[in-house]
Amino acid sequence: MSNPSNLKYTASHEWVKTEADGTISIGITQHAQELLGDMVFVEAPAVDRHLKAREECAVVESVKAAADVYAPVSGIVTEVNGELDSSPENINNDPYAAWMFKMKPDNAADIDALMDAAAYQAVVDSEEH
Amino acid sequence: MTLKTTSLNAVHRETGAKMVDFGGWDMPVNYGSQIDEHHQVRRDCGMFDVSHMRVVDIQGEGVREFLRYLLANNVDKLTLPGKALYSAMLLENGGVIDDLIVYFMGECWFRIVVNAGTADKDIAWMKKQAGEFVVPHPNPLPEGEGTQSIVITSRDDLAMVAVQGPNARSKVWSALPGSKELTEKLIPFSAAAMDSMFIARTGYTGEDGFEIMLPAKAAPLLWTKLKDNGVKPIGLGARDTLRLEAGMNLYGQDMDETVGPLESGLAWTVDLKSERDFIGKAALLANPPNQKLVGLLLLDRGVLRGHQKVHTAQGTGEITSGSYSPTLEKSIALARVPKDVAIGDTVQVAIRDKLLTAQVVKYPFARNGKAVVSL
Repeated sequence: MSNPSNLKYTASHEWVKTEADGTISIGITQHAQELLGDMVFVEAPAVDRHLKAREECAVVESVKAAADVYAPVSGIVTEVNGELDSSPENINNDPYAAWMFKMKPDNAADIDALMDAAAYQAVVDSEEH
Repeated sequence: MTLKTTSLNAVHRETGAKMVDFGGWDMPVNYGSQIDEHHQVRRDCGMFDVSHMRVVDIQGEGVREFLRYLLANNVDKLTLPGKALYSAMLLENGGVIDDLIVYFMGECWFRIVVNAGTADKDIAWMKKQAGEFVVPHPNPLPEGEGTQSIVITSRDDLAMVAVQGPNARSKVWSALPGSKELTEKLIPFSAAAMDSMFIARTGYTGEDGFEIMLPAKAAPLLWTKLKDNGVKPIGLGARDTLRLEAGMNLYGQDMDETVGPLESGLAWTVDLKSERDFIGKAALLANPPNQKLVGLLLLDRGVLRGHQKVHTAQGTGEITSGSYSPTLEKSIALARVPKDVAIGDTVQVAIRDKLLTAQVVKYPFARNGKAVVSL
């Protein structure tokens, strides 16, 4: 699966999608879910919490291991995906549809500074070699 | 460091296995979904490459007496050829060097299967003890010939394939013509030889099945025959969740040289009642345990993991093995806690910045396809 070109990415393997209303959805990438394996638990941040860029704010746990999820930019949590409470495997099945939480960024320009799909792919390739 | 490989390494890679460094061995952790592989074994059957485990043959006329002294469990329970016994091997101070299965092959030949990561250490220990262990010969012999020597052989030439699950035995029988007649009447924890194969009704999953030891070069053909009979390959990831559900200890996590068998849930394997002396016995008698191993079932949402602290009314304990149980669809763990903690007690487990509630339960959690703890 290739990384969708309409998304932005972080070096810590989150994807970021800008929604029509200006909020952003955050999830973890195909590469991240593949490394972790079968997901069994997701802990999302509290709604209304203000996050700083690169702050640890959520956790995904697979059968194998737990991994932290980081805020891609600074902003306020507006919504969490409750479906993942009962169906964390959605992250394995379709990582780019299984958003974990949404944020209202403090500064929309911060999104532009994130990596595009090609730059992120280079990060993944460098980890594998 | 170059990783060690089993004779099935190329087969795993061709099958698309995800390979990991498993204690210095390049082994398959899964071939796809670990949870699917777990269910495959509980509900049907699957096969594992466990060739990294080490077979050690111990031969000589005084072998039984040597093992009576070397092992915490009593090999006198082994009277019929092929019968197997699970035992801990202890240090003088009672710490666990390893856990193992010993098979009675004949009065002058016992076979021991030990863990991969501890094999070299185990063999060195056995050789040291055998050197110090002098068995008097029953008949007087000329000077200098009055003792028997014990020969310890590491069988690096053998591979081991575990086939586990409710349908494991019947699928092995279809894959290996002639094996049914030889192994159908085997009771659990016993084995039979067939040609160059040694087929044992043992395992590490809580399911019925066989562990097959055979020449390493013959393992790929056996793997193919099993696959052709519908046996799916299963990675070592699922092996860990299967053994945890079955309440079986993992050496290095649930016990090691710093703890004894009595605080590791292995009292049932330690013979303290008979007159027999064995290495570690005096230390076990002198130091009654003040901790014990219990099962935990997480009542809150989350995942229990090794080394998380467990807060009880009697003091603090620690999780030794924890994971997600695919059969129970909850998180479970083995934990070492103060000895007065009771089944049914509620305890708090520290996970990241939170204290989550878990219940102390009697393990195993699941065996033979279903949950055996009350939820």
